[in-house]
Amino acid sequence: MSSAQAARRSTPYRLAVAARVLLAALGGYGVAALATALFSLILPMARSEAVATATLLSFAVMAFLVCAVFAARSLWRSALWIAVPALVLGGGLMLALGARA
Amino acid sequence: MRQGLRQSMAWLHAWSGLVVGWVLFAVFVTGTASYYKDDISAWMRPELRLGVEHEPGQVAERAAAFLAREAPDAGGWFIELPKAEDPVATAHWWKTLEGPFHKARLDPETGARSAARDTRGGDFLYRFHFELSMPPLTGRWVVGTCALVLLVALISGIVTHRRIFADLFTFRRSKARQRSWLDAHNVAGVLALPFHLMITYTGLVTLAPMYMPWGASTAYKGEELRFFTESGMMPETRMPAGRSGTLAPLGPMVREAIARAPATPIEGIGVQNPADAHAAVIAYFEEPHGLAHLHPQVAFEGTTGAYTGKPSDPGPVAYASTAFIGLHEAHFAGPVLRVLFFLCGILGAATVATGLVLWTVARVPKPGERTGFGLRLVQILNVGTVAGLPAGIAAYFLANRLLPLDLAGRAGVEIGAFFGLWALVAVAACLRPHRAAWREGLALAALLFLAVPLVDAATVGSPFGDGMRFLAFDTVMIAIGGGLAFAAHKAGSVARRGQAATARQDLAREGFGRA
Repeated sequence: MSSAQAARRSTPYRLAVAARVLLAALGGYGVAALATALFSLILPMARSEAVATATLLSFAVMAFLVCAVFAARSLWRSALWIAVPALVLGGGLMLALGARA
Repeated sequence: MRQGLRQSMAWLHAWSGLVVGWVLFAVFVTGTASYYKDDISAWMRPELRLGVEHEPGQVAERAAAFLAREAPDAGGWFIELPKAEDPVATAHWWKTLEGPFHKARLDPETGARSAARDTRGGDFLYRFHFELSMPPLTGRWVVGTCALVLLVALISGIVTHRRIFADLFTFRRSKARQRSWLDAHNVAGVLALPFHLMITYTGLVTLAPMYMPWGASTAYKGEELRFFTESGMMPETRMPAGRSGTLAPLGPMVREAIARAPATPIEGIGVQNPADAHAAVIAYFEEPHGLAHLHPQVAFEGTTGAYTGKPSDPGPVAYASTAFIGLHEAHFAGPVLRVLFFLCGILGAATVATGLVLWTVARVPKPGERTGFGLRLVQILNVGTVAGLPAGIAAYFLANRLLPLDLAGRAGVEIGAFFGLWALVAVAACLRPHRAAWREGLALAALLFLAVPLVDAATVGSPFGDGMRFLAFDTVMIAIGGGLAFAAHKAGSVARRGQAATARQDLAREGFGRA
């Protein structure tokens, strides 16, 4: 067994994989949902068209984020791939909802 | 999870493809069969006489009379009118849109239940494609999750294959077993790559209101249905009044709808809240020629029969969304294009199957090593799914011909045959050595498919009789049986183990498998 192989069977490695799976699945879906909600409100077109556009793009957003989470060099960086867009989009959504109310 | 973008994407491709591969194989196979859903249904109900014309208004009234007896307090009815390939009326009803959904197939002449054999026909494979015979919502979430993972696997697979164009022309059949499995996976995957990307993305879009409702729920807080009326998917109708009302006869509404609609034939009639004072009737027409999945609709007030309107014109993006759904379902495709979609679907199933096999081949233990539990599990699931599912489908068709026509719960027994044969192959895969399990499982599936035309001829009549109605179906059964027999023969040929080591290094260099 090579040392690289042994490293891949260790508990820390498996926990790191599990963490990325969770980040990709829950974080990826969460950010895609935030993006869909925000763009449905702010895209400069009829309400139904904005919803349709945002919904059509949502799956590309999620697929891209999943790839980014697994491509990142460290777990820390993959967390940033989720946290930064989540904060930006979430903040934007609060502003957009506030402006509408 | 490894250093370098290509390495980490290869890792992602291998593992994401593996965990959803078995479900995806079933989704691809049953989805591909669904391109011929109506032909399968017609084959499975050979006693139905085709070519009899019915006046749609009268059929609608007969079906409405059936529904008024069977489900007077329903939240909604839908009446599918007879069509050329399925000459019965189908009445659907439900209490709420969460289900359960009921249906009955009716003789269009009498409005009584159809006397044709009890079977779910092509509809069973169609619904399996996106619900997996699970409770509908659960099944749709499972399939949607797998589809998103497939999208990730496709993207990471593309990133992995720097030489994607060159690989299109590369098939080193004899170099080594693993290498040629990789080439087969690449050829099947790359040749139909635009189809794979299209079918995965459009599949997600088809169920987008369920998977990604957050746009509509944010922009239309509390009135989400308005999204569908504003984007031209359905006409405006009134909310239920909560008082009872009497539904006017459907016949005149159907005739007026036909006069008001474009030139395509009428397909069905929906009734919202049939017993309410605000009942609404909507006539649905076949899609005009084009990509969009957008049925022309004409709406009426249920109690008076007065015309209330048509859906608004969809905006460009809403129209594009319906074109995504249209592309997925391929209703627009004529016979030649439909064959192309069918072949692409088979290539999709082949890509998944070769990928699953590749995962195991890249991990075959070196001489003297034991097969680990993980590898053995994947091997069993591979045979159980790739050989088991086709065997199950053939058994479903055979059961349709062989079960007594008056058997109680016949449709359920047909489905029992489907799962029974599938389970049999999966259990055999646990008990038999891996290579033998492949050979025997595929051979069994091949024999079952080859038996279909013979049993058809023995029970219903020669495929050359009756205007050669089932000749195409029986020919496809022979072709699938032949393909499976070829696969069984290949699986039985002796491996060239001497070349395994070089191929394993090849795969490792590509980033797959163990280094």
